[in-house]
Amino acid sequence: MSKLIVNNLSCQRGYKLLFENLSFELNSGEVLKVSGPNGSGKTSLMKILAGLSSFETGSIDYDDTKINSERYNLDFLYLGHLAALSPELSCLENLKYTMRLGNDNLDLDFSDALKKVGLKKFENELVGKLSAGQKKRIALSLLFITQSKVWLLDEPFSALDSKAIKIIETRVEDHCNSGGICILTTHQECNIKNLKEISL
Amino acid sequence: MALRNPSSFLNPLMFFVISISLFPIAISPEAQTLSSIAPGIIWVITMLSVLLSLNSLFHYDYDSGVLEQMVISHHSLPLILLAKTLAHWMLSGLPIIILSPFLGMALFINTEGIYILVLTLIIATPCLSLIGSIGASLVVGIKNSGMLLSLLILPLFIPILIFATSAVSQSQSNLPIDGQLYFLGFILILSLLITPFLSALSLKISLE
Repeated sequence: MSKLIVNNLSCQRGYKLLFENLSFELNSGEVLKVSGPNGSGKTSLMKILAGLSSFETGSIDYDDTKINSERYNLDFLYLGHLAALSPELSCLENLKYTMRLGNDNLDLDFSDALKKVGLKKFENELVGKLSAGQKKRIALSLLFITQSKVWLLDEPFSALDSKAIKIIETRVEDHCNSGGICILTTHQECNIKNLKEISL
Repeated sequence: MALRNPSSFLNPLMFFVISISLFPIAISPEAQTLSSIAPGIIWVITMLSVLLSLNSLFHYDYDSGVLEQMVISHHSLPLILLAKTLAHWMLSGLPIIILSPFLGMALFINTEGIYILVLTLIIATPCLSLIGSIGASLVVGIKNSGMLLSLLILPLFIPILIFATSAVSQSQSNLPIDGQLYFLGFILILSLLITPFLSALSLKISLE
């Protein structure tokens, strides 16, 4: 059982206070949807939880591990706005590279992951030639092979059609049913079970 | 990756070759004139070529989001950046080292001078990549950062320029050059030990 506790978090960018006194607790199996208007700090919150940005006050506790420690980075998967795909590499090469950065385990079925997002025949296609929606699918195919317990998904449904959205929602549900935690930001309606919601 | 996007490393290399080739035309084709200024010419153009290629060290990874994944990876970020800088040197410094004997001969540097030119390039071009990576990580994400990068990095390159050109010039006159080579070696060791950590720190600050 994993537990993520965020206590009195506040974030400032430049002279603007984005949010303050933000607190929430997530146990294994729970999904948190973060909503709010543009510029409210949703992406900043995700980056803080991923360890990319600093925060002004508050604390983040995950199973007694420190933020940005090796265990923390291994357990957390962050998929941001950008797909984190190199345009000069093929889809398969990109997945292998990202997994190598993530947890070194290359003994995974990358082809199956691409098949689950409907892009099996694009394995050896250079990412630079794909559309925005296809790139997003490639990035989200990591959800089918990652072993990370906590998923931080920033706008995962952007550029996806309704069928792909349903695939990702089902995957998030399966992940949480297996004891994982997921935090996602989106402007769209979510049909995911055990969904908690906060608004910034 | 670079082989699939050859312009990223070919452009600075073409700049190196073409710029040096223009000096005999612009200044004088006489051997005596060229051989005295050749070390300075080759080293200045080397520095400018490396500066040109430094812009792309983190630029593409930043634009695609791969840089964020590197920063939050459980692997050591300084080690990742050291590997990236080594790859950068192999694409920017190594071709310059290979071409330098031919360009040195074209500028009438004598045999002893060519040996020392290649040696100084082998020792000091990795320093240029390593020190340059600090500047590149500071300006990542800033649009049109070429001038800013130059202002940050060129002052740090000056000691390398002075000692490298001095070593080549003095070797042409058969004067001792041990001091210059030891200094360049010292800069290389210091760069290897310190710059990956400084680059990692700069990158984390730039990505906030």
